[in-house]
Amino acid sequence: MSDQIDEGLRSELQKRGVWVTSTQELYNWGRKNSIWPLQFGLACCAIEMIATAASRYDLARFGGEVFRPSPRQADLMIVAGTVTKKMAPQIVRLYNQMPDPKYVISMGACAISGGPFKQGYNVLKGIDRYIPVDVYIPGCPPRPEALLHAFMELQRKIDGQKLTGQDKASHLDREQPSEFPVPAFGAHDLEPPSNPNIFRPPAIERA
Amino acid sequence: MTPDPYFFLVIFAGVALVFPLLPLGLAWIWRRFLQPPKPGPQKNATYECGVESIGEAQVQFQSQYYLYCIIFLVFDVEAVFLVPFAVAFTGLPFGAFIAILVFLLLLLEGLVWAWSKGCLDWARMRERAR
Repeated sequence: MSDQIDEGLRSELQKRGVWVTSTQELYNWGRKNSIWPLQFGLACCAIEMIATAASRYDLARFGGEVFRPSPRQADLMIVAGTVTKKMAPQIVRLYNQMPDPKYVISMGACAISGGPFKQGYNVLKGIDRYIPVDVYIPGCPPRPEALLHAFMELQRKIDGQKLTGQDKASHLDREQPSEFPVPAFGAHDLEPPSNPNIFRPPAIERA
Repeated sequence: MTPDPYFFLVIFAGVALVFPLLPLGLAWIWRRFLQPPKPGPQKNATYECGVESIGEAQVQFQSQYYLYCIIFLVFDVEAVFLVPFAVAFTGLPFGAFIAILVFLLLLLEGLVWAWSKGCLDWARMRERAR
């Protein structure tokens, strides 16, 4: 678990029929190939998500076909569609109710930034204001191939997570929170408008 | 010496114990040494659909359903007993006749009760409510 296995030695051993692995690799291999998404859709992106899970694109090839109707059994939240301000507290609450380790895919322009409805009074300008997002998929809506690509990116991310050390995965870190504050309905907007601990938009530099 | 013919049951019991206990034990070790538990008020909430629960779970329902139950017994369950009674009527002993008569009288009493409660004139009840 401490040091990486030397790749040359590993391939040499594999030629002799000896497979060498570490707990971390085994753990991540198991996790990345059995990601259970939470079954919920918000808008038209959900239709693409359904298509991805159905037979033509077949998310089951990546071990992610077990859509769970309960957050208690889910590892992955696919925020598929426009997040209205009415729906945002429920989504944050669902995310909080998911057990660790948990991941979020922000699917489509709306979930990333509000998309074409960004100027709307009732549309949240990106779900990453309240919950940490692992993979963003641009598109309006993204095609199933894009969701599959995001899924593979997430698998790659899970594969690289560390069990120990300073940069270990957040669900193994005692200091990292598992629940995030749920926004409440204010007079004009959700309060707070974003969670400053996780929402750090790039600063705009003007000449 | 041949083993006891029931020895396989002991093996089965052993496997049945180890099979669930091993993963549970591994999960416990994992939780104890690697993954710190992070409980919270929302994670531990009973209701899990993203919406906050409102009010008490122990709510009293109205008991007015019993009237529908009486009507159902009178007009539906009674027919089930009446048809075999009518078919076997000529061959019945006197005791059976008395028994079914008591049953019918009890249901008749239920009908009178429901009638007196105004259960049978729901159309006029609506007029009265206006």
